Amino acid sequence: MSMFFIFVGAALINNFILTQFLGVCPFLGVSKKMNTAIGMGLSVLFVMTIGAALTHVVYHQILARFGIEFLQTVVFILIISSIVQFIELYMKKMFKSLYDMLGIFLPLMTTNCAIMGVALINIRDTYSFAGAMFNSVGAGSGFLLAIIILAAIREKYDNHPSIPVVFQGFPLALFSTGLMSIAFMGFQGLI
Amino acid sequence: MKNVQIQVSQLMKNGIIKENPIFVQLLALCPLLAVTTSAINAVVMGLCTTVVMMCASGAISFLKRTISPQVRIATFIVIVASFVTVVQLLMAAFAPPDINNMLGIFIPLIAVNCIVFARIEIFASKNPVFFSGVDALAMGLGVTLGLFVLGAIREIFGAGSIFGIELIADSSMHMLIMIMAPGAFFTLGTIIMIMKYRASKRRANA
Repeated sequence: MSMFFIFVGAALINNFILTQFLGVCPFLGVSKKMNTAIGMGLSVLFVMTIGAALTHVVYHQILARFGIEFLQTVVFILIISSIVQFIELYMKKMFKSLYDMLGIFLPLMTTNCAIMGVALINIRDTYSFAGAMFNSVGAGSGFLLAIIILAAIREKYDNHPSIPVVFQGFPLALFSTGLMSIAFMGFQGLI
Repeated sequence: MKNVQIQVSQLMKNGIIKENPIFVQLLALCPLLAVTTSAINAVVMGLCTTVVMMCASGAISFLKRTISPQVRIATFIVIVASFVTVVQLLMAAFAPPDINNMLGIFIPLIAVNCIVFARIEIFASKNPVFFSGVDALAMGLGVTLGLFVLGAIREIFGAGSIFGIELIADSSMHMLIMIMAPGAFFTLGTIIMIMKYRASKRRANA
């Protein structure tokens, strides 16, 4: 049951974008069209889960064992950028259709603070391996949910003639995100 | 000598105002929204970013002939992450604990900040050490300014104070939403809207 709470907590209550502001850059950057938003969301979910699993194992089995925890930032960022490259090559070879859908988003994952953020949070909150996995899948699903909602909103109003020019684009996306964030505050009493 | 002065002042103006990383280039949004609940947090975060950017840009500019282009991204990442670790350990040792706790995971996250890599890739890997340092300083101060503006607005409206000094004592006047998550999005949205409005007016006049 506690694993379920971790999942729900990461996906809805502490939604990465709407309450913790991790991964805001890609969230605002690629939420103009629904299909790119889904591609981005799925890539984040995918890389986040694999990245969190590897960083968790490396931190506890190597860094903590030899007392070199201060190297965490350097090691995590290297792990994440190398798995991104590895996944890209593997997908290109084995899953061509998936690669065509997610390919262009994968290189962006290296500088996505949500991926690095979930790895750091797993260590900070001392999750067990299973807990860390549920936390990362939850955080990734929360990202996917938020970016799909925003893309659905933006497809309706972007470049709509009735909206003043100064409002279009980023300002309105930010206001919509703010309103979504208020709505998600309602989840706070859930657990 | 005169030439150097002109170039430096141009770089400074460019980084802080004309191409302000936050309001004009819209980079570095993640730390921006999370740490601007008060002016002091925002300024400390901005200064940490500035230090990392200056050290990393200087070091990479110094090494630019030895780094081979094929592995440059990986090299940049390691150099930036090392300086981030230095700053992180210094913060843990010397900063007041409440500020350090508040900034939390956002200090290590400087290592994945796009503005740091943007300046390295665009400027430091092609220019001499001195100018790369100046450019990084200017961009870092631009980030600090952006963070300070956002943090100050949110703290004044949300908690009725600035740098912890009370301005509005009546707590029924405080808009709590401003220091919570949605306030960050609303404040940034309003600022960008004002900037777009001014730019469109300038274009209409020209």
